[in-house]
Amino acid sequence: MSQFLQQIVNGLSLGSIYALVALGYTMVYGIIKLINFAHGDIYMIGAYTAFFVTTSLGFSFIPALIACMIVCGILGVCVERIAYKPLRKAPRITALITAIGVSYIIEYTTQFFMGTSVRTLPALVPDTSWQLGPIRITYIQVVIFTVTIVLMILLTLIIQKTKIGRAMRAVSADENAAKLMGISVDNTISFTFLLGSALAGAAGLLVGIYYNSVSPLMGLVPGLKAFVAAVFGGIGSIPGALVGGLFIGICESLVIAFGGSLYKDAIVYAILILVLIIRPAGLFGKNEREKV
Amino acid sequence: MKFGFWKKAGCAFLAASMLAACSGSSAADNSGSSDAGAATGDTVNIGLNFELSGNVSDYGTKELKGAQLAIEQWNAKEDKPFEAKGVEVDDKGEPAESISAITKLIEQDKVAGVVGPATSASSIATYQIATDKQVPVISPSATQNGAELKSDGTPYDYAWRVCFEDNTQGKAMALFAYNTLGLKSVVIFNEVSDYGQGLAGAFKEEFESLGGTIVNQTPYDAQTQNFASQVTAIKDLDFDGIYIAGYYNESAQIVKAVHAEGIEVPILGADGFDSSDFVSQIGNDYANNVYFTTAYTLLDPSDSLKAFVDAYKEKFGEDPSMFSALAYDATNLLLDSLAASGETGAKLNEAIKTADFAGVTGSFTFDEETHTPNKAVLVVELKDGAQANVTEVETE
Repeated sequence: MSQFLQQIVNGLSLGSIYALVALGYTMVYGIIKLINFAHGDIYMIGAYTAFFVTTSLGFSFIPALIACMIVCGILGVCVERIAYKPLRKAPRITALITAIGVSYIIEYTTQFFMGTSVRTLPALVPDTSWQLGPIRITYIQVVIFTVTIVLMILLTLIIQKTKIGRAMRAVSADENAAKLMGISVDNTISFTFLLGSALAGAAGLLVGIYYNSVSPLMGLVPGLKAFVAAVFGGIGSIPGALVGGLFIGICESLVIAFGGSLYKDAIVYAILILVLIIRPAGLFGKNEREKV
Repeated sequence: MKFGFWKKAGCAFLAASMLAACSGSSAADNSGSSDAGAATGDTVNIGLNFELSGNVSDYGTKELKGAQLAIEQWNAKEDKPFEAKGVEVDDKGEPAESISAITKLIEQDKVAGVVGPATSASSIATYQIATDKQVPVISPSATQNGAELKSDGTPYDYAWRVCFEDNTQGKAMALFAYNTLGLKSVVIFNEVSDYGQGLAGAFKEEFESLGGTIVNQTPYDAQTQNFASQVTAIKDLDFDGIYIAGYYNESAQIVKAVHAEGIEVPILGADGFDSSDFVSQIGNDYANNVYFTTAYTLLDPSDSLKAFVDAYKEKFGEDPSMFSALAYDATNLLLDSLAASGETGAKLNEAIKTADFAGVTGSFTFDEETHTPNKAVLVVELKDGAQANVTEVETE
């Protein structure tokens, strides 16, 4: 039993990070129906920003978190303005391939400037841990979980309570109608990229200090997993991304616990396929018919 | 019509220039073979085939520097029997590139022998050609089990290496763990690769034959970062040591996860730990009670090793690594054997086979069955992030 609870705790901290990245996928998809494959690399840039501000500028945790979110948010908006905006009227496949191209550009530019080797971050949080009954929780796990929850609450407030949030929901529901109502669609889309990328930046920092290492291709696998989490939860749905991320994290932990260390990814993807067969729109996805 | 004329004229010109290019290259070939006569005289070409670009260029560039230093020191000697000239090629870390690199070295540069490449797969790719052309290849760091052997279990006649193989390291660590540390039950983490599986297999075999037990073995993929779940899964088992068969990035994450779970047992590993990044990732406080096998340490150095380190620092302005030291030894072995035999081809190969070589990474003779040196393995202990004690383990 203690084994089981402990694996749940491990899974929650891993899943929180997937959830933060998954939010970016789901928000962008929700608003312009684009799967932004460069999102995992924005997360990598977040980790490198954390590396830079902590080693060169000596930032502590909170300033570093804010710096990562700002840098990634701006990068996300730049990517959207330069690469995706000119393609808004193009077929969807064009934008998808552009996203893959942007992903490679970010990865290899980072390799060019930072080298291919793994860089080490200093320890930003104390490495204490607590024994709570049968389970053991480390400081960093608490930090990861808290930051994720706080950011989720903030995000929900922005989307539900602010004017720009209402604009986001409107554009997502019907872009043309929103335009007729006087909403600036371009700014709203940019703002969505800003929010999603800032969350990826926060995830990059958390991963950077969890493993205290960063490398140029680190965004690839977590990016894919987060995409799976978004699809699993129902792409376009914000609570879906959270639930999907946590589910995939816990699932991975439990698979490893039962001796499937090498098959963890295969089993995670198998579960995804099952869910999509039973509920094609994902757990929280709206099962809409295309209007003719 | 005019257009057609120019088109034809252009074609003719192109064809003519292509012919000229062909005759040019055959002329170059001729001059290349006439150089061969000179190669056996005063200047001998030594092939330096290393990974100078690509994924593992870090190893290749370090080895090139070690080899260059050996050649420079050889040429600085007053009583040298011949002048050595290093011919560099880049195999880009690809076995296929490695084959074309060694073909170029043998056919065009008429080298007497080749040093490199650093990695096992690229080295193995060159062995058949080297044996066919009777040009010895000495790999500084191709540690894969049975790398010098053909599929029938006999060695390639002209393939050699100056490092011990993975089996020897695993075996040495098992002996050290059981006899010196007194460990009786161990859990293993191994990367799913030739390196990780080779090490883990050899460790397990030796440790069990000594009377110890392997409580659990967890394989993992390279690039795995999160080990919390794997470590949680073993924490309730009864063991007094952990053997990690892998490279430093993943190993560091395992060590961190082990400490996060509050497990305090000795951590054992192989030369994959041998990197300053390993210590910086786990932090000095946790880099205690950690032991790994290696061929090279600056702790307690011999006089020849000290001289090598000083010369290397002076020439390149940085500390040498294990790879530079092994390449330095490999190059010196080739040069010494050339001097001893006075000839290339079969005679040179015979001189390598019977060499009794004293290098900066230890003295050794070759095992004729495996073309691998009989070398003692060093076990280094980390204390507060620094190398603290070194023990020599004989595996024979």
